[in-house]
Amino acid sequence: MLEKALTGSKRYWTWVIMLLGIIGVGFIAYMYQLQEGLGITGLSRDVSWGFYIAQFTFLVGVAASAVMLVIPYYLHNYKKFGKIVILGEFLAISAVTMCMLFILVDMGQPMRVMNVVLHPTPNSVMFWDAVVLNGYLFINLIVGWTTLGAERKSLPPPNWVKPLIYLSIPWAVSIHTVTAFLYAGLPGRHLWLTAIMAARFLASAFAAGPALLILLVMFVRKTSKFDAGTEAIQSLAKIVTYAMITNVFFFLLEVFTAMYSNIPGHMHPIKYLFVGLDGHTNLVPFMWTATVLAFLGIGLLVNPATRKNESILPFALIAVFISAWIDKGMGLVVGGFIPNPFEKVTEYSPTIPELAITLGVYAVGFLVLTVLYKVAIGVKEDNAYDTGHH
Amino acid sequence: MSMDRRRFLKIAGVSTVLGLGGASVMNGLSRRGLEASQATVTPDPKGLTAKRWGFAIDVNKLGSPADYQKCIDACHNIHNVPSIENPKHEVKWIWNETYEHSFPGTEHEYMNHEFKEKNFLLLCNHCAQPACVRVCPTQATFKRKDGVVMQDMHRCIGCRFCMAACPFGARSFNYRDPRGKDANGKPFIKVENKTFPTRMIGVVEKCTMCYERLAIGQQPACAEASNGAIVFGDLEDPNSEVRKIINSKYTIRRKPELGTQPSIYYVIGGSEHA
Ligand code: SF4
Ligand code: SF4
Repeated sequence: MLEKALTGSKRYWTWVIMLLGIIGVGFIAYMYQLQEGLGITGLSRDVSWGFYIAQFTFLVGVAASAVMLVIPYYLHNYKKFGKIVILGEFLAISAVTMCMLFILVDMGQPMRVMNVVLHPTPNSVMFWDAVVLNGYLFINLIVGWTTLGAERKSLPPPNWVKPLIYLSIPWAVSIHTVTAFLYAGLPGRHLWLTAIMAARFLASAFAAGPALLILLVMFVRKTSKFDAGTEAIQSLAKIVTYAMITNVFFFLLEVFTAMYSNIPGHMHPIKYLFVGLDGHTNLVPFMWTATVLAFLGIGLLVNPATRKNESILPFALIAVFISAWIDKGMGLVVGGFIPNPFEKVTEYSPTIPELAITLGVYAVGFLVLTVLYKVAIGVKEDNAYDTGHH
Repeated sequence: MSMDRRRFLKIAGVSTVLGLGGASVMNGLSRRGLEASQATVTPDPKGLTAKRWGFAIDVNKLGSPADYQKCIDACHNIHNVPSIENPKHEVKWIWNETYEHSFPGTEHEYMNHEFKEKNFLLLCNHCAQPACVRVCPTQATFKRKDGVVMQDMHRCIGCRFCMAACPFGARSFNYRDPRGKDANGKPFIKVENKTFPTRMIGVVEKCTMCYERLAIGQQPACAEASNGAIVFGDLEDPNSEVRKIINSKYTIRRKPELGTQPSIYYVIGGSEHA
């Protein structure tokens, strides 16, 4: 089936070459980082994780969100999602690929990555995160590829793949839960030390992931003969709506607990994010942007008139997506390190090479996504053509 | 979570065979003998042993800033700790910090200025329940049976999970090549101690309680340089000097509420003799 990715329009190839170009730049920046060390990033002794780990965290959520299609379709027999389940699974594959690359580029000694396998350490959450992420990648690869292969032959998916599909549901929840546990189990990092972390992660994932998926589906509809159908899009949009409301609600719970209890350690990071701490305000404009976008997105999505209007819907989805990205991809990780264990503030902002590497990893993800979607849509177009002729 | 060095050596050998970065392990072994000294099958009879090593630190006995600096230099010089100016990339095993930042949350608005600003010597607490050891995915940081929290710079993958987990800021990451030079061409390690390994870029390091000195019967370097301000000994031995100090004086530990159980006790007040 892969051959379908080797033929395409001029626009397809321009896009692929552009991605390859960005990957090239990112790769050069990464070579520079390998040579000079992580000192070329904005990271420090105090803020020891930054942009890379934040993108990793965010993308685990995007990967997990495939389950929002799998559950309705396979567990509740919601047929409308039948056509796009594969797009969710392929998005998950691309997201997990990026997650792994972000972990790799964040490592000080990436050549030693196999140490995690050579010295398996069950008391380390990172060990489990590696296990569940790799497992999730394989499950989605096998399920995605097999179901698509069957679809090409106009056959139902083979029976042996069914258990894997069901397994993918708790597994998706596990990848984001374990990722939340990376943070939530650490003593002395007050922003992260919260029982609701995993729940918050899932809520924001089920908003941002399907939001991205709808945007992709709308793009595919414009550029190919494959149409997922309005009802599927609207159902997904409702999922985005309620997940985002839950996400904001969970966040407000955090704010209440920290602020009303008036415990300084719990208030400090939240103050840092929204009003600044000791005159340090790097993230304040971003966090308020995220806040405004969250409410704007929810407003447009809750109102059926604007949600059903397909020229407004994309803006609502973009607002939700960016809001969730700022919250997780910037605020959460950096905010956890501020103030530092001595209650001093060291701020963080990514450097140009760091951004180049980040973009490079995203470009790899989009390339994987492009190839997989090209194959999937090729198969679907062929089938539509065949059925049209018989 | 203690770990048998011989097992480590075996695994290091395997990883060399597999070509998985084990080469640096072997370099480390032959070059400086760090791991070899830990794996000694028959320990030096003069070596110091304990059930749980710990410190009692009485900063009142450190008069001038020079007294603090003597302890810091003693450690940093023998352990080839690079002096990197940029605070973001700084590497430190033992350092000065004022009371209010050493024990955040315990200062208050009526506290005497002098006490608030009083310097304390901070280093890894060699916690009995170390968060860093719990999170490390490779056991590069591990706890020995005698309480020393070790750091194996040859196994560390530089994920920095331990830095996020340590609530005491005790860990430093080599953002720059510690064997390299600063912008003016001056080496980060002024005078290299050839008997102790230097580190490579991209790994985490911290105080390892002078395990290499304990093994040959010497006190930790900071204690030796402190004129009696830093007392080192076995916390489990009621007759040790460190326990006598803890018995007779009022001591505090950093962030005890987090449950890591630091093994460093700071003397605040109390009589001189028990
Ligand atoms: S002070 Fe930090 S680095 Fe040292 S043992 Fe405790 S948690 Fe680990
Ligand atoms: S940076 Fe090294 S010592 Fe720290 S958790 Fe990672 S592998 Fe372990």
